[in-house]
Amino acid sequence: MIKEYRTIQEVTGPLMLVKNVSDVAYDELGEVELPSGERRRCKVLEVNGSDVLVQLFENSAGINLADSKVRFLGHGIELGVSPDMLGRVFDGMGRPRDGGPEILPDERRNINGTPMNPASRNYPDEFIQTGISTIDGLNTLVRGQKLPIFSGSGLPHAQLAAQIARQAKVLSADAKFAVVFAAIGITFEEADFFISDFKRTGAIDRTVLFINLANDPAIERISTPRMALTAAEYLAFEKNMHVLVILTDITNYAEALREVSAARKEVPGRRGYPGYLYTDLATMYERAGRNLDSEGSITMIPILSMPEDDKTHPIPDLTGYITEGQIILSRELYRKNILPPVDVLPSLSRLKDKGIGAGKTREDHSGTMNQLFAAYARGKEAKELMTILGEAALSDIDKLYAKFSDEFEKKYVSQGYDENRSIEETLDLGWKLLSILPKSELKRIKPELIEKYLPEEEQ
Amino acid sequence: MTSGKIIKVSGPLIVAEGLSHANMYDVVRVGNDRLIGEIIEMRGDRASIQVYEETAGIGFGDEVITTGAPLSVELAPGLIENIYDGIQRPLEKIREISGSNIKRGIDVASVDRDRKWDFTPQKAVGDKVTSGDIIGTVPETVIVEHRVMVPHGVSGEIIEIKEGSFTVEETICRIKTEKGDIKEVAMLQKWPVRVGRPYKEKMPPDVPMITGQRVIDTMFPIAKGGAAAVPGPFGSGKTVVQHQLAKWSDVDIVVYIGCGERGNEMTDVLREFPELSDPKTGESLMKRTVLIANTSDMPVAAREASIYTGITIAEYYRDMGYDVAVIADSTSRWAEALREMSGRLEEMPGEEGYPAYLASRLAQFYERAGRIYAVCGEERRGSLTAIGAVSPPGGDISEPVAQATLRIVKVFWGLDSSLAYRRHFPAINWLNSYSLYLDRLSGWFDENVSREFMKNRSEAMNLLQLEAELQEIVRLVGIDALSADDRLTLETAQIVREDFLQQNAFSDTDSYTPLEKQARLMKLVLNYYANGKRALAAGVNPSDVFGMSAREKIGRAKDAPNDSYNTVYDEIEALMESETDKLISAKEGM
Repeated sequence: MIKEYRTIQEVTGPLMLVKNVSDVAYDELGEVELPSGERRRCKVLEVNGSDVLVQLFENSAGINLADSKVRFLGHGIELGVSPDMLGRVFDGMGRPRDGGPEILPDERRNINGTPMNPASRNYPDEFIQTGISTIDGLNTLVRGQKLPIFSGSGLPHAQLAAQIARQAKVLSADAKFAVVFAAIGITFEEADFFISDFKRTGAIDRTVLFINLANDPAIERISTPRMALTAAEYLAFEKNMHVLVILTDITNYAEALREVSAARKEVPGRRGYPGYLYTDLATMYERAGRNLDSEGSITMIPILSMPEDDKTHPIPDLTGYITEGQIILSRELYRKNILPPVDVLPSLSRLKDKGIGAGKTREDHSGTMNQLFAAYARGKEAKELMTILGEAALSDIDKLYAKFSDEFEKKYVSQGYDENRSIEETLDLGWKLLSILPKSELKRIKPELIEKYLPEEEQ
Repeated sequence: MTSGKIIKVSGPLIVAEGLSHANMYDVVRVGNDRLIGEIIEMRGDRASIQVYEETAGIGFGDEVITTGAPLSVELAPGLIENIYDGIQRPLEKIREISGSNIKRGIDVASVDRDRKWDFTPQKAVGDKVTSGDIIGTVPETVIVEHRVMVPHGVSGEIIEIKEGSFTVEETICRIKTEKGDIKEVAMLQKWPVRVGRPYKEKMPPDVPMITGQRVIDTMFPIAKGGAAAVPGPFGSGKTVVQHQLAKWSDVDIVVYIGCGERGNEMTDVLREFPELSDPKTGESLMKRTVLIANTSDMPVAAREASIYTGITIAEYYRDMGYDVAVIADSTSRWAEALREMSGRLEEMPGEEGYPAYLASRLAQFYERAGRIYAVCGEERRGSLTAIGAVSPPGGDISEPVAQATLRIVKVFWGLDSSLAYRRHFPAINWLNSYSLYLDRLSGWFDENVSREFMKNRSEAMNLLQLEAELQEIVRLVGIDALSADDRLTLETAQIVREDFLQQNAFSDTDSYTPLEKQARLMKLVLNYYANGKRALAAGVNPSDVFGMSAREKIGRAKDAPNDSYNTVYDEIEALMESETDKLISAKEGM
C-alpha cells in the first residue's frame, strides 16, 4: 500500500521538503501529483527523522504546497530494459520520445548500477580501428576503454564522434555491435546532427538514443547518462553486444549537479562544483569496460566542452583523472582548417600499449608512434623558435623537423570526416613522413624495423 | 552489543540514536542488508556513522547494531597474492558470490578459514617468549616465509606447540603467562587499522631502495624506510611510475593500494604481475604482492579506510623483519573522501573545503613509514617505505593535499606534463624534484657501487642545470651565439636526458636497469663529455664532435642486455676514444 502525503513544506529551486513521512528510504523514487493531475518524478536526497528532502527532476512550476500529493514508490529510479530498445528514442528519464509504444521490459534495473569488481574485469586490449590516423596511429582506442573528447565551444567534436561511431570496427571479429547515445542538454541541432548521421548510415537500427535537450528540465540531466549506461550494461553484459556509448555534453551534466549542490547549500569545491564531483563522475565513467563473465564490452566516448578551452577547469581535469586518456581538439588547428583538429601532443590513450603491436596491429606500431610524437614535438618547438628568431637561427636538422611537423599536420592529422584509413595505411603514412628526417634521427625505432619499413627511395 | 535506530541518512553518512554505549570508531552493521559502517562522531546518544557501502534503500527507523570492535584487519597467512577492497574483503571471493558487480552487504572472511597451512615451530615447549617473538613459520608463497609472531600483550612460557597442517583459526601454541593464564595462539590475529603497530625503536634510513629506474636510483634515490610523493597532472605517467616501483623495487613485500583510481589499472596489476618475474628471486611478482583496490566507483567511505588497511598489513610484514613498500595511488582521492565525509558532518572547512585535520592525517600516514627494530625479544629489523601519488587539480601543486604532503616526505618526484607531451618518460622533472636522502645514502653508494657514483651524479645534474640556463640564452639569441664548449654542454645534457633519464617501461630490457648498469651508463655518457672537451680544446669543429658514430651508439646503449652491457659499453668507449683521436690528429695534421 503506497501512502500519499500532502505535507510538502518547502519548494526551493529543484528541492522540496516533505514532512511527516514514514518508511521512506534514501535514494527512493517519488512522484508528485499536481492538482491538475500531472505527475512529476523526484528522488530522496536526505532522510532526517520524519522529514525527507527530495530532488525534483522537472521544474517546480505549478506545485502547490496545500494540494499537491507526494507518493514514494518503494524503489530507486529504474529503467526497463529489453533488446527492443534498439532503434528507439527515449527522453532523459527513459520514457519513449519517438511516439512509439512503451517497451515491454525483460527486467527493470536500478540506474545507479553497482560497482564492477576489479577482480572480474577483463583488461581491454582489443584494437578498435576508427579509421582516423590520429586515433588509430597515435592514441589507439581499445574495446572497453573510456576515452573522452575534450573540446570547446564551436569545435567540431560532434563530427569526430559521429565519424568514430560510423567507422569503428574490430579487425578480427564479426560480433554484434550497438551504439547508445545520450544527449545531455545539447541543442536540438546538435542532437539532430547525430540522429540524421545515424539514419544516413543505417546505424539507427542498432542505436538507442536518450535525449535531453537544452530546453528539457536541467535536473533530468543527472539521470540521463545513467539511463544510457544502464541500457548499455544490459546490452553488453546480458546480450553480449559490443556497445559504444557516446555521452555529450558532460559539462551540462556537471552543471546540473552543481545546481542541486548549490540548492542544498553544500560546501563547494573548485569553481562551485561539489566536492564529490570526482566520485560522481567516476561512478559513470567506470561503468565502461569488459568483464570475465560475458563476451560484451562497453567502450565510452564522453564529450565535454572545456569552458574557455581550459584543460585545468574541474570538469576536464577530473574527467582526465578517471578516463583512460583524452582526445583534445585544438582551436588553432581548426583555424588552420586541419580536420579533425586533434591536438596529438596533449592527447593520450593510456591503453594503447596493450592494443598494438604484432598480432594486433603491426610490429612497427609502437616504435613509429613514439618517433612521430617526439618528432612532431621537436618540430613544433623548432617552429616556435623560428617565429622568434627567423629561419636562419635554426640548425639544418631543426629545419627538417619544422618541415616534418607541417607535413604531419597536413597529411596525417587532416584527413577530413569521410576518409576511412586502415591501420596499415596509417602506419605507412607515418613511415613516409618519417622519411623526411635522416635515418640517424629515428632513435626510437629498432634498426631492423627501419630496414624493413622505411620507404626505399630514402635509404 | 547495543543497537540503535537511524534518524538521518545523507549519502554515505547516517546518524543513529540509542548508541550511547558504543565506542568511537566501533564498526556497526546498518539496516537489513547489514551494511558495514564505522562510528566517526558521537553526540549524546547520537552517533554519526560512515557507511562503507552504498546506502540507497536505507531509511528512518532502520536498525544499527554495533559489533563492539574497531575496524580491524585480519593478519594471517593468505594475505599475499590476494586482492582486497578498502575494508579487506577479498574481491575474488566476492566475485564467486555476487558475479561481476559488487552487491551490498556481502559478508566474507578476509582470510580463508578452510585453507590449511604447514606450520613449522621455531620454539619449543618451555621456551620463554614475549610479544612479537617468532614461534614458527609457514611457507606462504614460494618466496615469502610467513613468520607467526606472539600476539601483542602476550608473554610467558610455551607449554604446548604443534607442528603440521592447520587452518588459521586452529590453536598452534599455548602460552602460560606470568599471571598463570593460558593463552591460546592461532595464526590469525587482528589489528585495528587506525592504530600503528608498535616498534621498539626507529633508525635513520641509510640503505637505498633500488627500483631499477635510472632517474630515481641515480638522481633522486629513496631510502628503505623513507617516504616519497609523486605528484603530477593526469596523463603525466603517475600510475606507470607507481607500477614500475611495485614491480622492481628490491623489497620483500609490496602492498599496492589503488585508492579511488581506475578499475582497469587494478586489473592490469592483477593480470600482469603474475607474468612478471622478480629480478631478485626469479619468481612471479605476485608472490610478494598484496593488492588493495578501492576503485573510484566503489563507495567513498571505504576509500578513506583503504589507506589504513594497506599500511597496517604492511606493518605486520615489517614486524616479521621484512623490507616492505606501500604504494598508494592516489592520496588525493583519499583526501577527497575525507573532504566529502567532513562536508556531510557539517564541519567547518579549511582550505578548499578540505577538513582542517587534513595535514595531520597525512602526516600520520607517512610517519608510519620507517626503518625499525621490531618489538620482540631479539634484534629484528624491518622497514616500511611509503610512496604516495598525488593528483593535484590542474597539475598545480600549490593545492592543500600536495602542500601538506611535501611538508612530510623527503623525496619528491615531480611529474611534468610538458615532458609527457614530448614523450619523455618517466616524466620526472629533474630541475624541481629532490631527494633529501642523498647525504645519508652516499656512504652506501661509495661502498656498494663505486666511489665515483655520487661524483658522476652531481656532474650530470650540473650539466642539466647548465642546460636549463643555456636554453634561455638560445631562446633569446639562437644557438650560434653559444661557444663551442657551451654547445658541447647542451649536447651532453641532451644525451643525459634522452639516453639516461628516459626509460621505456614497456620495453623488456629497459624496464629495469640494475644499479651497476646505471653507474656504468652514466660513466659512458660523461666519458663522451670528456672526449668532446678534449677534441674541442684541440680546435676540432663542434659539429664533427657531435657527428661521431659513437654518439649515435650511446643513444642505443640503454637497450644493451642487462647481462652483457659491459662489453657493449667498453666497445663504445673504445670507438669514442679512437674517433676523438682521429679528429684531433686530422686537425693537427692540417
